[in-house]
Amino acid sequence: MSDLESFRQEIRTWLEANCPAEMREPVRDEGDVCWGGRNFQFKNAAQKAWLEACVAKGYTVPDWPRAYGGAGMSPAEAKVWREECARIGARPPLSSFGIWMLGPALLKFGTEEQKVHYLGEIARGEIRWCQGYSEPGSGSDLVSLQTFGEDQGDHWVVNGQKIWTSYADKADWIFCLVRTDKANKYQGISFLLFDMTTPGVTTKPIKLISGNSPFCETFFDNVVVPKTQIVGDLNRGWDVAKYLLGHEREMISGAGGGDRLNAIGAIVARNGLEDPILRAELAMFDVDALAYGCMGEKFLDEAKVGKAHPAQPNMMKYAGTELNKRRHELLMSAGGATALEWDSERTSGGTPARSWLRTKANSIEGGTSEVMLNVIAKRILDLPGA
Amino acid sequence: MPLYHTDDQAMLADTVTGFMADEGGIKQQLRHFRDINCQDGFGHGLWKQFAEMGLTGMLASEADGGLAMGHVEAGIVLKEIGRNLTPSPFLTTSVMGVTALSDGSDDLRGRWLPGVLAGDSVLAVAVDEGPKHRPERIAARAEKAGNGFRLSGNKAFVVQGASADAIIVAARTSGSDSDVDGITLFAVPKDAAGISHENLRLVDSAMASNIRFDNVELDGDCVIGDVDGGRALLNKVLNAGRIGAAAELTGVGQGSFDVTTAYLKTRKQFGKLIGEFQALQHRAAHCYSELEIAAAAVIKAQQLLDGGSEKAELMVSVAKAKAALACNLSVREGVQMHGGVGMTDEYDIGLYMKRDRSLAEFMGDQYYHAERVAQLSGY
Repeated sequence: MSDLESFRQEIRTWLEANCPAEMREPVRDEGDVCWGGRNFQFKNAAQKAWLEACVAKGYTVPDWPRAYGGAGMSPAEAKVWREECARIGARPPLSSFGIWMLGPALLKFGTEEQKVHYLGEIARGEIRWCQGYSEPGSGSDLVSLQTFGEDQGDHWVVNGQKIWTSYADKADWIFCLVRTDKANKYQGISFLLFDMTTPGVTTKPIKLISGNSPFCETFFDNVVVPKTQIVGDLNRGWDVAKYLLGHEREMISGAGGGDRLNAIGAIVARNGLEDPILRAELAMFDVDALAYGCMGEKFLDEAKVGKAHPAQPNMMKYAGTELNKRRHELLMSAGGATALEWDSERTSGGTPARSWLRTKANSIEGGTSEVMLNVIAKRILDLPGA
Repeated sequence: MPLYHTDDQAMLADTVTGFMADEGGIKQQLRHFRDINCQDGFGHGLWKQFAEMGLTGMLASEADGGLAMGHVEAGIVLKEIGRNLTPSPFLTTSVMGVTALSDGSDDLRGRWLPGVLAGDSVLAVAVDEGPKHRPERIAARAEKAGNGFRLSGNKAFVVQGASADAIIVAARTSGSDSDVDGITLFAVPKDAAGISHENLRLVDSAMASNIRFDNVELDGDCVIGDVDGGRALLNKVLNAGRIGAAAELTGVGQGSFDVTTAYLKTRKQFGKLIGEFQALQHRAAHCYSELEIAAAAVIKAQQLLDGGSEKAELMVSVAKAKAALACNLSVREGVQMHGGVGMTDEYDIGLYMKRDRSLAEFMGDQYYHAERVAQLSGY
C-alpha cells in the first residue's frame, strides 16, 4: 500500500469515528454554517463536537504548518482529505474569512510572531474576522480609498468609513486597508489588523434586496491601532491586498473546491420538467457548468506546479460568477410560483428567491466582471492602453 | 491525472506546432489546394510527411506498427491542424478509421493499416444518412448473401468519401431503423461495384461525398468486429471523432483569436489602436475565457477516454458542445472586429469562420450534444 493510500485509510477511519451524522447532511441555509468566534452560538452539540475534533488534529486548515494550527498536509494529502470529506458529505468544520483570505496573506507576509498568534486563533475558530476594503467612494477603484491612519509614534489613529464589510457586526477583528501616506496612491496604503471592540469602531447593517443584512457600514472614529498590528511593510499594503484578492476571487468563483457550479438539469428534473425549452436551457447550462468544472480542476492542477497564468483567477472569477447568476435564474424559472414565496416554511423562508437575489452580487463583489475583463485584457491579452 | 500535458506530450506538442506552422500553413495548404480546385481537398505530399513523422499511426497498436498513443496526443495534432486550417485526412483516417480498424481481424488490419501508416491510403467513415448527425437511426442495410453481404442505402456528409481507399460503413444487418442492436461495421473498398458518389465541395473547401450503395457485394472479411453487435464499436468511433473534432475546434478558435488580437494591436481608427477601446477589450477577454474553458473540457474528456472512464461519454459531449460554442464566438467576433476587411477573401479570418461551421456540424452540433448531456444525466 502506498503512503498516500494508507493515509487515505487513516483519514477514512478518523472521519468515521469523528464526523457526527448531523454534520454529513447538506448545509440548508446560513444558520447551518459554523463561523466560530468569541460570541458564536453552536446550532447543536454535533456542530461543536465536529469543530473541536478537527481543531485538535489541525483539520480546519489541513495544509497549514502544524506550528500555526494546521495539520501540515502536503498538497496531495490535502486533496485526499477533501476527497474523503466529500465522499461522506462532511460539512466544513469551520467557515471563515480568516481561513480563506487573511490566512494565506499572513502565511506570505506575516511576521513569525503574527503567524503563530493569529493563524493559531483562526485555525481554532476563536476569532471571527471581517474585511475592511471598500469605502463609499472606493468600490472598483479601491485604490482611491480615504480612510486615514495618522502616525502617532508607536500607534496610528484611524478615522474613516468602510462599506460592504461582510458580517462586521458579528466579527471580532478586522483586516483593513488604511491610507498611511496621502501623497502616494498605490504605495501609501497599509494593511492593519485590529479588534472590533477597540473604542471608536461602530457598525451598522445594510438591508439588501434579499431582505438579509450580511453586509455592514463600519465607522472608525479615532481608533488606536498599535504599530505591531501591521502586516507587511508600511505603505505596501496594496501588495498584501492584491494577493488576498486573488484568494477571494477563487473563493467567490467556486474554484476552491466549491460545488455551486454543478450541473442542475438532473436536480430540477426530479420535480418534473414539463417544458421542453426550459429543459433545453438547462442542458445548455449544464454544458457550460460541466466545462467550467473542468476549468476549475485544470486551474488548480496548473497552479500547483506553477503553470497557471497569475491573472487566471480573474478569468475564473468572471466566468464563474456569470455562470452562477445564470444558474439561479434557471432555478427560479424551474421553481415557478413556489420559488417566489418569501416567508413560507416550504421554501425555508424564501431560500430560492433570496439565493437568487444574493447571486447578483457575485459579479460585483471582489472586483466587478468589468474589472475582471479589464485585467484579462491588460495582463493576459496585452491589449494596448488597457 | 493532472489536466495538463505530461513532459512527453509537451515535447510532441512542440514538434507538431513547428511542423504544422512550417508545412501546414494556410497559404501553402488550404489556399493552394482550394485555388487549384483539388478534388481531394488536401495535399498528398503533406499526408506523406505526416506518415514520416509517425502521426498517421499514432493511435494504432505497436503490433500494427503504430505508436499506441491516445486521444490526448491525437488532440495535440488536431489542435495544430485547426490553428493552421490544414486540410488533412488525419481525423477521418488516423483517428476514426484507425479506431474502427483496431477492432478488426488480423487480415483486415493487415489489408488497410500499412497503407494508412505509410501515408499512401486514406479512410472515410460513413455513418449519417441526412444533413444532421443522427447515428441512433441507421437505415442502410447489408443483407446476408452467400458468404458475404449485399449493401444498399445512402450515406451523407462523408468527409473525404470520394478520395478514400476504404469507407468504414455503419449498416443495419438486422432489426429496424432505430434499433440499438443490429448494426455492423464494414470496411468497404473504394472500387467495389455499385458505389456512386456525389462529391461536393463544402463551405470550408473540404470535400465531402454523399454516397449511394446499390447492391454492393461485400466479402465476409469486410466485416469489422461482430455482425449485429457493432453499436459499441460505432460509439467508440464516434467518440474518437467527436473529441477529435472538439480538439480541432479549439485550435480553430485559438487561431482565429490570435489573428484577431494581433489585428486589434495594429489597426488604428479615431487616431487610436482599436485594441484600446474597452468595448472591444471586454469582448476579447470574454472570448479568451470561453476558449480556455473549452480547452479544459477537451483535455478532461481526452483523459477520460484514454483512461476508459465511464464518465467519458458525458464529458465528450460536453467538450464537443463547449468547443463548438467557444470557437463559434471566436470566429464571429473575429470577423466583426476585423471590420470590412473581415469580409474579404484576402484576409484569413473568414477562412476560420468557414472551418468552424463545418467542424461544428461534424459528428453532432452543440444542440445534439447538449441533448445528449441531458439524456446521459437522466433528464
